[in-house]
Amino acid sequence: MDGIELEPQRLLRLYDVMLRARCLDERMIRLHKQGLGAVWIGGPGEEALGASLGLLVYKGQGPSYDYLHLHYRSGATLLAMGADPTDTLRQMMSVATDPYSRGRNLCHHYTVRRWNVVPVSSVIEVQFSMAPGTALANKRAGGGGITIVQGGDAGTAEGDFATCMIWCSRPGNELPCLMIVANNGWGISTPFAEQHGETHTADRAAAFGIESAVIDGYDVEVVYRELEKAMDYVRAKRRPYVLEARVSRLYGHSSSTGGNFISGEADCLALLERKLIERGLVTLQGVEERRRRATQELLDAANVVGLEPAPEGPDAERHVYAERDGVGARGSPQRRDAPGGGGS
Amino acid sequence: MATVVQAIRLALHVGETRLGVTDVFGQDVGPPLGGVFTQTQGLRTAWNTPLDERGIVGMAIGLALAGQRPVAEIQFCDYAFNVIDLMKLAGGMCWSSAGDYNCPLVLMTPVGAGIRGSIYHSHSFDAQATRLAGWKVVMPSNPLDAYGLMLSAIVDPNPVMVLPPKALMRTKAGPGERIPGEPDDDRALSRMIDAPIGDRAKWAPNWPDVADVFVPIGQARVAREGRDVTVVTYGRMVVLALQASTELAKDGIEVEVIDLRTLAPYDWPAVERSVKKTHRLVCANEDTSITNFGEHIVRRAVEELFYELHAPPRLLAGAHLPGIGLADALERATIPQVDAIAQTLRTVARHEP
Repeated sequence: MDGIELEPQRLLRLYDVMLRARCLDERMIRLHKQGLGAVWIGGPGEEALGASLGLLVYKGQGPSYDYLHLHYRSGATLLAMGADPTDTLRQMMSVATDPYSRGRNLCHHYTVRRWNVVPVSSVIEVQFSMAPGTALANKRAGGGGITIVQGGDAGTAEGDFATCMIWCSRPGNELPCLMIVANNGWGISTPFAEQHGETHTADRAAAFGIESAVIDGYDVEVVYRELEKAMDYVRAKRRPYVLEARVSRLYGHSSSTGGNFISGEADCLALLERKLIERGLVTLQGVEERRRRATQELLDAANVVGLEPAPEGPDAERHVYAERDGVGARGSPQRRDAPGGGGS
Repeated sequence: MATVVQAIRLALHVGETRLGVTDVFGQDVGPPLGGVFTQTQGLRTAWNTPLDERGIVGMAIGLALAGQRPVAEIQFCDYAFNVIDLMKLAGGMCWSSAGDYNCPLVLMTPVGAGIRGSIYHSHSFDAQATRLAGWKVVMPSNPLDAYGLMLSAIVDPNPVMVLPPKALMRTKAGPGERIPGEPDDDRALSRMIDAPIGDRAKWAPNWPDVADVFVPIGQARVAREGRDVTVVTYGRMVVLALQASTELAKDGIEVEVIDLRTLAPYDWPAVERSVKKTHRLVCANEDTSITNFGEHIVRRAVEELFYELHAPPRLLAGAHLPGIGLADALERATIPQVDAIAQTLRTVARHEP
């Protein structure tokens, strides 16, 4: 082992999540093309990052645990945390049993209060303006909980990215916030390099005295180690960190751009499969069998979801207002008294 | 008698002392200034932020999602327009998550004209705010309501926008509007809770023991009873409508002034009751006239109370112009004034079908 290699068990766990996340998105693309889901958007090509994050997160409810402000390419993170892929299909197919939005939102727009996964929004980068708020709560709670906020490279053009760096680096009031930029090189159909002069987005962190790193997001062992290092830093120092990971976008931006496989981009899953075969952890036949099985399971799940009821029209009127704190049947009231001063 | 500013400050003090408020923050909100109108002086949880409205509202949302109880301020509503999408996000948090998350925050931002504020200190926000479903929106017209509505906003599990009128910030309470527990003598209250001019480093407020007096969100107030014509209004226009009503009373026209106090969810039964009594309706506010909240009330009255109406309902609102000019004559020509309100009420009251 060269120090970067992960334990076989951990690597196989990551593989399992990444494979299921890939097969899930591929099933969702098919559902869209069959007219069974309105829009597909997702994360094929950034599963190494997503799966690593999901396995490393300190999962729980309330400010003593990690808060996650994810984007709509974070399916692998949710699977790694233990989410049921059938629930993702439920949201994709807009059925009443969709636990994330009851048929209201697009696919991969998660919300899981019991795991501190705050609602994912279609609006690019707004999560970077909200993240300092949960990070301040993390800091006050005094435990090891941190806030993790994730977006793409193109979104960093929005002022919200600068907002996050400014609010997390106020002198004396630094916040435990890990900012992840999943850099796939694209803003929908416009290349990042055409619109941005900065070499690395992460370079912007230096102006705020924020530590940063730019990493290869294709190699899950690199991603896992670097992410672990960054999270440990934020957890221990209670300070922000910017992590930029180079990732791929293997099926384009979304169904709006066709949802077809893009050849020529690095594939983190294929790379991992080659590694596993080389190390004798799986066989080629084993890889094929796992893919076949995962694909079949998701097809079966989609067939079950297809029989589930659609929401009824009057349901649209529900949940405009909360009647009390922690309204979600899945949540419980959270109320804390803490000092002000914008500090801990 | 407390002013609106003092009433807000007292409410925030009660909020951070008894109602779980964890943070009161925004541009210049913390010491030494304590708010551009002085409404946050002396508060234990008040702190200054970067001059970043998106950051302020984002911070409030994040804190709310993490179980804190934030009160955020945007110094003037004129500077809130670059935060509309975050407001939309806060208002949609409960709905889009099908009830998984609620977003209990208070956003306070002073609104309206009347302070010679020119183009960027005279805007209104009621039309924008009432388009943001999922928010509750309150707009006090006097200190007691400012106090009681703020308390209700603080304990509400939803995002609540508190829109005090800029021009009423120094308005003192009228008869019957005293906050229980505040001293009888105005100067005594000032000595207790107003920060001194100059060095404030060693100053600390001496808070009076004021009572929890909640003004329920969604409940209008009959500011003046009348039989001849109803004016549905809120904020600074309540004061002007009352002045106009006093004028009209000399001519025997009795105006009923409905102070909505809450714009979302608004008290339609109160409007309905009054219109069924007077059969004539005027809606008055300062916002620009096209796609105006009063326009909505007029529309609903036409749809639901058509056969009750003895005159065409009228909307009296700001001119649909890009801004409000600095010169007095320009502001007066842009925002409804007492004489125009009186004239409109007279016309509607005397209209014969």
